[in-house]
Amino acid sequence: MAMTMHCNVVSAEKKLFDGRVEILVASGVQGELGILPGHTPLLTELKPGTVKVKKQDGEEELIYVSSGFLEVQPDTVTVLADSAERAHNLDEAAAKEAMEAAERALADKNAEMEYAQATSMLAQAAAQLRTIQQLRKQLGK
Amino acid sequence: MAVGKEIRSQIGSIKNTQKITSAMQMVAASKMRKAQDRMAASHPYANQIRKVVSHIAKATPEYKHPYMLERDVKRVGYIIVSSDRGLCGGLNINLFKAAMKDLKEWQDKGAEIDVCTIGSKASAFFRRYGGNLVAAKSGLGDTPKASDLVGSVKVMLDAYEEGKIDRLYVVYNEFINTMTQKPLVQQLLPLEAEAAEEEESKVGGWDYIYEPEAQELLDNLLIRYIESQVYQAVVENIACEQSARMVAMKSATDNAGNFIDELQLVYNKARQAAITQEIAEIVGGAAAI
Repeated sequence: MAMTMHCNVVSAEKKLFDGRVEILVASGVQGELGILPGHTPLLTELKPGTVKVKKQDGEEELIYVSSGFLEVQPDTVTVLADSAERAHNLDEAAAKEAMEAAERALADKNAEMEYAQATSMLAQAAAQLRTIQQLRKQLGK
Repeated sequence: MAVGKEIRSQIGSIKNTQKITSAMQMVAASKMRKAQDRMAASHPYANQIRKVVSHIAKATPEYKHPYMLERDVKRVGYIIVSSDRGLCGGLNINLFKAAMKDLKEWQDKGAEIDVCTIGSKASAFFRRYGGNLVAAKSGLGDTPKASDLVGSVKVMLDAYEEGKIDRLYVVYNEFINTMTQKPLVQQLLPLEAEAAEEEESKVGGWDYIYEPEAQELLDNLLIRYIESQVYQAVVENIACEQSARMVAMKSATDNAGNFIDELQLVYNKARQAAITQEIAEIVGGAAAI
């Protein structure tokens, strides 16, 4: 049997995942991270993106994370997300709309929205769409 | 018949009071459920971040964040979380007593006290008590947002960073169950490693790999940690407030019911006595003719 580690994914509003996993893949601020059991302690910030965990039974779960922190201990990983949603609960239409709104705000110099806010909104919406696409690919397989 | 008019009006007024308390009980019961849900929702995050931070406190990092350093205690900061409204039994008073006990201990050691209050009951109490009130926040309502608390938390964190206070506590009611709430004084700063929770083998000098920089990362994480702990304290205190109010109002309603029963008995006796007396008078009058 493959080695496993304990994994916790929580957001400020709820607990999204709690269980044993074989691998966790997340997007840190400095690039994609794949965490296997026995990893050396690591602490990093996360950027908007997908957290993918492979459970013991080989099933994969995709979770969208807006931003937050990732803590790795040899036998546990913890994802502290500011806000997060399971991939199949994401609303594609809303994400597209948010992306368009953010793009409009970026293009329009007189827009009320601040530049930093718009870019972070754009990044989040894009990450949501990427997560949805990944989920599609997984289901299509 | 004019018998027992005072008693009747007394019963009437108690009945009115009972109506109010039983309405308040029902309102509190429905609010309590929502407050408990909210508390349960943010609980996992607060717990996990506390675990992570206690790991950090146990590590031997390359960069010592000011929040991790123990300093000589000359001044202690307290964030006191209370309710905005009363009529919730001894909830706030018990909390203040617990806080005062802790405050006294520090004062006996010669430390000075700074207090930051959340909720109008606490600010009223500590204004009267004469503590050094540095910040007060009230009117959060039943659904506080984390962003509402940032201001008052920041006041204390800034004071800590500038060295004005050397320790920071948060005081709130811990929700055990609907019937029981316990005042709790929790240390926020400097960070405490959770004692004896994990095996001792890790005590050796290990450190995290940090991405990006340790300083930047810890700054963000620790501020987020404090905010989440204070937020959790506030949410938990609201759940406590609603359950305490529900219990207090339930016992008030029950007491009013007992009171009414007793008065009703007295009233009935008085009326019966008056009737008996009248009959006796009539019979006596008839016999005399």
